[in-house]
Amino acid sequence: MKVLMTEYLRIDLDTENWECRVCEHVVGSARGNYKEGLLAYKRDPADIHPSIIDPDKYKFTFCPDKDWVSIYEFYCPSCGTQMEVEYTFPGHEPLFDMEVDVDALKEQWSHREEILEPVTGPNVLVDRTHGHNH
Amino acid sequence: MNNQVNAETELQDQELIQKFLKDTTLFLGPDPEIMRDHSIMPRTEKEEECMGKYTDLNQISSIRDRLQSACEEGFEMVEQMGAAPGAKWGDIITGIYSASGDLTIGSAGGVLIFSALVHHPIKFIIKNWIEEKTVGVREGDGFIHNDSRYGNVHNTDQSMILPVFHEGKLICWVASTVHEGENGAIEPGGMPSMAETSFDEGLKMSPFKVVENYEIKKDILTFLQNSVREPKLQYEDMKVKLFACMRLEKRIKEVFETDGPDALTACLRYTNESVVTEVRRRISEWPDMTVRTHVIMDSTLRENALIKMNLTLKKKGDRLIFDFAGTSPEITNRAINTQLPGMKGMVGQAFMNHIWPDLPRGQAGLSPVEFETVPGTIVDCSYAAPNSQSLMSIFQSFTVAQHATAKMLYSCPEKYTRVLAPWHNMINTFIWGGVNQHGETLGNLCADLNGMGGGARMDRDGEHALSPIFATMADIGEQEMNEEEVPFLQLVSKKMTMNTQAPGKYRGGMGYTQIAATKDSDQWGFMTTCVGSKTPSIQGLFGGYAAGTIPLCKISDVDVYDVLLKEPERFKHSIPELMNEEPFENACYSTHHLGLGFDISKRGELYMISQGSGGGYGDPLERDPSLVIMDIEESLISADWAKKLYKVVFDDETLAVDEEATKQLRADYREQRKKQGVPYAEFVKAHVKDTPPENIPFYGSWNGENDSVYCGSVNDKRDAQSPGPIYMTHPKDVRISELEAELEAVRKQAGIPSQDTRK
Repeated sequence: MKVLMTEYLRIDLDTENWECRVCEHVVGSARGNYKEGLLAYKRDPADIHPSIIDPDKYKFTFCPDKDWVSIYEFYCPSCGTQMEVEYTFPGHEPLFDMEVDVDALKEQWSHREEILEPVTGPNVLVDRTHGHNH
Repeated sequence: MNNQVNAETELQDQELIQKFLKDTTLFLGPDPEIMRDHSIMPRTEKEEECMGKYTDLNQISSIRDRLQSACEEGFEMVEQMGAAPGAKWGDIITGIYSASGDLTIGSAGGVLIFSALVHHPIKFIIKNWIEEKTVGVREGDGFIHNDSRYGNVHNTDQSMILPVFHEGKLICWVASTVHEGENGAIEPGGMPSMAETSFDEGLKMSPFKVVENYEIKKDILTFLQNSVREPKLQYEDMKVKLFACMRLEKRIKEVFETDGPDALTACLRYTNESVVTEVRRRISEWPDMTVRTHVIMDSTLRENALIKMNLTLKKKGDRLIFDFAGTSPEITNRAINTQLPGMKGMVGQAFMNHIWPDLPRGQAGLSPVEFETVPGTIVDCSYAAPNSQSLMSIFQSFTVAQHATAKMLYSCPEKYTRVLAPWHNMINTFIWGGVNQHGETLGNLCADLNGMGGGARMDRDGEHALSPIFATMADIGEQEMNEEEVPFLQLVSKKMTMNTQAPGKYRGGMGYTQIAATKDSDQWGFMTTCVGSKTPSIQGLFGGYAAGTIPLCKISDVDVYDVLLKEPERFKHSIPELMNEEPFENACYSTHHLGLGFDISKRGELYMISQGSGGGYGDPLERDPSLVIMDIEESLISADWAKKLYKVVFDDETLAVDEEATKQLRADYREQRKKQGVPYAEFVKAHVKDTPPENIPFYGSWNGENDSVYCGSVNDKRDAQSPGPIYMTHPKDVRISELEAELEAVRKQAGIPSQDTRK
């Protein structure tokens, strides 16, 4: 049985591995840090957040200051999907963000049916019978 | 026998000592027993008796619905009649509390955290004033409160609290809270960022009686009016809150008539206990795991600094523990600290607004959740530390809670809302004050703070400028109505700020531009109070990005109203056009971080900011090209930037997407990622440092070593369990020192001796 843990990661309870949901690549042990099985890249904030006012004229430009913040990107080494992005302090280690108790997960899912598509939750239905409707 | 006598004597002695200590207490300060406990009170004998008598859940449900309706009615009254801008645009709430003081039902609209914290002052009143012969608690009494050290977000929010009796017996409490704004602090508007001690923060009211026999005591009212800049507002909103509470009391008394007071008591207790049971069940459904996250605060509002909000969220069985180890120590002379209950209340708000919005909006929803904090940190500050700008740290605690819980929620087979990326979390608005065009002294803010962009969801984009993180239903206000009362115009408002979105498979909801200029007063000024001008204040989710940063832009030495009269074509309707094209000759163009202290403005000078975007969700390469094109059509993103971020190929004129070329471009870019990315160990070796940046003041733990924290310098590393106070130098003194050093260097270079070298 496989448990969908994030948009791009799942855990195979039988093999106890993190897997890429896009390309099936085995990322690493589910008892460890999945990031250790990914490729990492330090992104220049200006690539994502443009200076909408002129950086040659002004100190604050809508673009983050790269001396004050780093953006770490993590990719699946097999398909190149961007699985996680982390905004962090310059020089800070990447976070071990999801440390799963695999034994407890196995026990929990032993009472559940496998889910192949993520559950989104209830839809909010807008009542169009009152008020403006144009 | 002797032993029994001795034991009885000992007990009597102890009681005597306790009575003596109580009678001779010199100061009833904030009570840690009340202030550090967010859980519902133990079931009382009376509640036990009532629950035994009333077991029909249909009756309980019917009473609960009536009480909920009463709260909505009270909310409407405050919103319709309240004078404060906060009241008009929904920064209010009404609630019903049990006899022991537990919030059981809050109005669906409004700011739940207000009500979620009022149980503290009610419990203070119960513990100290009921038996106190100089105070007492009687039918028709009303108590006022605003001091966060006794349970509040910050002292700009004022509560009115009424006990509800039946035949002389206290059955429950009702309360109404409004973000009033003005409170007599050193800066107008109620949220001074210049406060360096709690005594700079204006009126701080521990709970005291201001109403007897349903009438406001005029002597106390006059004192309160003299303590703030808006005396008429103070009176008007005290009346409004009192009458809302009286309406709640009336509706409760109708329940007494139909069902009896014991049925109501049973309803309140059943509700709270069943919510606790349900919350534990829901937590059990989450996977057992630990999630770690942090966000960056880049400012104290006085100076830029790197301040860490760190969360380790631990879930095991039905226990959920928010551990804030590693978070920055308090900055003892800056206003951005929060009292512990404020932080907890904001985390509660995350649950009630975004995770379990179907549960009754009460205190029980957070009751089973555990918190681990270190006293003396920015999320659990000392009573001496100012906290008038607690929103800065409170909102960051919301964001780490929202970010971490999303990673626990994704796998759950049953969800109550969408998994979503963090909401924008700052109050990007203008706080204002001075003398208005009618000659009245005012101090308050624009309701644009309620227009925060929503986080992207797991199956759709975030909503633009939807709501603040502290309320699901609040309004951003009608600018034309504001302008009847304030002497400035928002020359540009509600126009989305292009190219500021948080990219992702689903992008965050965006924020809008606000350009304000004073017109009809010589005594008027603005403040802005946000972090996030150097570093983003949120995170994205699952491969999505956060939004960028937001500066304050100013154009001074211009009267834009003259320009509009004489050469209207010179005026531009966006920040980039105004700042990049510099259309006004001889004007001064400048940018600043968003911690602008109160700044007196001249007629026609421009103050320009933008609301922020919620976080993005998922890999931007998975974004549906048609959604990218829609954003271009709606001027949310420029065509060139959309191409760069989302790798979509389209015709520049028709915007028709070339599906095949897009597919190929995206495949190529995935290959590029595989080339530019390096294995984790190699990445760590190349980029991770043993200490924080040397040239930037950093506060908090480093690299997950939460036993110690840095306090502004790599040479100032302290025990995380007792970091001690941190005092920052006044930014002007820092600047003077820098300029003196520069001057000294220039003198030396030029061979000009100092004028006075005496020590």
